[in-house]
Amino acid sequence: MKNFLISAISALTIGAAGLVAAPALASEGGHVENIDFSFEGPFGTYDQQQLRRGFQVYREVCSACHGLKYVAYRALADNDGLAMNPAWVRAFAAEHQVIDKETGEERPAKETDHFPTVTGDGMGPDLSLMAKARAGFHGPYGLGINQFFKGMGGPEYIYSILTGYDGEEKEEAGSYFYGNHTFAGGWIAMPPPLSDELIEYEDGTPATVHQMAEDVSAYLMWTAEPKLQPRKRWGFVAVLLLVVLSTLLYLTNKKLWAPHKGKHVDL
Amino acid sequence: MSGIPHDHYEPKTGIEKWAHSRLPIVGLLYDTLMIPTPRNLNWWWIWGIVLAFCLVLQIITGIVLAMHYTPHVDLAFASVEHIMRDVNGGYALRYIHANGASLFFLAVYIHIFRGLYYGSYKAPREITWIIGMIIYLCMMGTAFMGYVLPWGQMSFWGATVITGLFGAIPGIGPSIQAWLLGGPAVDNATLNRFFSLHYLLPFVIAALVIVHIWAFHTTGNNNPTGVDVRKTSKAEAEKDTLPFWPYFVIKDVFALAVILLVFAAVVGFMPNFLGHPDNYIEANPLSTPAHIVPEWYFLPFYAILRAFTADVWAVMLVNWLTFGIVDAKFFGVVAMFGAIIVMALAPWLDTSKMRSGSYRPMFKWWFWLLAIDFMVLMWVGAMPTEGIYPYISLIGATYWFVYFLVILPLLGLIEKPTTPPATIEDDFNHHYGIKQTPAE
Repeated sequence: MKNFLISAISALTIGAAGLVAAPALASEGGHVENIDFSFEGPFGTYDQQQLRRGFQVYREVCSACHGLKYVAYRALADNDGLAMNPAWVRAFAAEHQVIDKETGEERPAKETDHFPTVTGDGMGPDLSLMAKARAGFHGPYGLGINQFFKGMGGPEYIYSILTGYDGEEKEEAGSYFYGNHTFAGGWIAMPPPLSDELIEYEDGTPATVHQMAEDVSAYLMWTAEPKLQPRKRWGFVAVLLLVVLSTLLYLTNKKLWAPHKGKHVDL
Repeated sequence: MSGIPHDHYEPKTGIEKWAHSRLPIVGLLYDTLMIPTPRNLNWWWIWGIVLAFCLVLQIITGIVLAMHYTPHVDLAFASVEHIMRDVNGGYALRYIHANGASLFFLAVYIHIFRGLYYGSYKAPREITWIIGMIIYLCMMGTAFMGYVLPWGQMSFWGATVITGLFGAIPGIGPSIQAWLLGGPAVDNATLNRFFSLHYLLPFVIAALVIVHIWAFHTTGNNNPTGVDVRKTSKAEAEKDTLPFWPYFVIKDVFALAVILLVFAAVVGFMPNFLGHPDNYIEANPLSTPAHIVPEWYFLPFYAILRAFTADVWAVMLVNWLTFGIVDAKFFGVVAMFGAIIVMALAPWLDTSKMRSGSYRPMFKWWFWLLAIDFMVLMWVGAMPTEGIYPYISLIGATYWFVYFLVILPLLGLIEKPTTPPATIEDDFNHHYGIKQTPAE
């Protein structure tokens, strides 16, 4: 057993050596704030009310310049996410126009269609996967194991960008840039999108910049990882079953080898 | 199959005899499964089973993923998102497959280093070792091409950098590179052929694994003492060995269950831990990521590739001797492949008569230094090439070659090994404090 432990520890060390390297690389951006989101840690789940608030921020603010092309409207009704009423989702989808792939004509969107793809001059990047596409928060010393408890850090990056404006502005070759201490390079093309009381939350929560930034970051984590909750449930069941299996195999192995090791085992 | 005397399959009933005289497959399976295995194998010997499991896991999840994946530059990235969002259990399949590659490499590195410590590469197991190295090369090819398939930024730029290595070969390099890519740059043709080969190579690996197992079933397993199993009589052989089934199958499967427990926690609770965020950005040939880094399992060799820059005197010397044909880039490519070749040649570079490192007092130190060197190279491979990092890479890469080309040949001549136990039975009994051979 001692050798087995040494073996296992060495194995983990070899793995870990590679892992700490990855986050260390991603640190060329600026300061990223840590937020305790509800979906962090092995048992973390989405806060449905927060996702709905974040969706409202996206709908009323972000969607002007950012698409969500990988997200289908029907996903909004998913119980592991916002759990919106299917009828509401249908009505919401119908407010948007899409080009039908078969007829090539414009028609109101159905719930099986995706959120719009937004491109063009002055438009921002698609946000479907943004929360997974930025390294973001990695904790002190970038020790990668933090991901296990603190989430993957991307939503923290989004929050920090939204709250990281320092109020400076500059013009370069006809484009405006805004000082932001989280964005790599310190200057971002997106004007500060949020201000206090910019929207009125349907659930009455005071719409401060920090509240909206946190809510929309959570919502974008959901758009990036809509299967987070079923994944953690499966993971939990798998770990539990493997604990049982390992125990049974350990006892089997012990009993099997006992006569050859000069021991007597009662089981 | 092995030279160790043991009971063979005897068909008893009529139907067994009928089948056995036509296709002795049951006998083959019986003899494979019942192979006498040194009873003193320690926990470092479990990784072979883990590797076999990984191969099967990757093939099964990969086949299902291929049913939903589209190898086209405009559709590949979206098809992966389709798997993650719309395919039943697709997110689990993809995360298991992606993290399965990491488990596969973790296992193969421990398996290789176990072989290096206990001298498993030495006579008569040279062919087992060489086949293993070929399997490892195939694994690297498969993993590299698999990483290109999601068509993210790291996929694209990783493919560009790595195929660029072949372009560094003097003269014919650019033609080879264009042939590999199917055009002047990484594009749809590249993605298609990588998909095709990524699907093919695992089956080549499976065939090589059978040869690998065949080879060490012919010689018998090595063991922590390196002492051979006594083969003069069946009674003596049975004192040194136990049949693979059930003793080692149960032991290995227990270890596998514990490893899978950790694996399930990684897949379930932090599946993107080992990935790079840039690969969630669709490939864009017009925008180069700030740092292009390979997956963690390639980092040691990536560090060796980058270690030999133009200002290293060895590189300058070779450059001058070859009239400038071998430049720093090509030198790095040769060093990277050379690092694996010297490891494959270990059976002939190691001059020591003593097989197991446990009885080699000087060798031990150099071996553990190599293990540390490997991890340092892995760490430095992910660092930017500035400041102190290039020097660390250079020292690390140099030690890798010194170990195989200088230390292994010299140690055998100057080192005085200690005395191993006379038999495997002695070693096993000593370990468990057994005074006399118990009746079995």
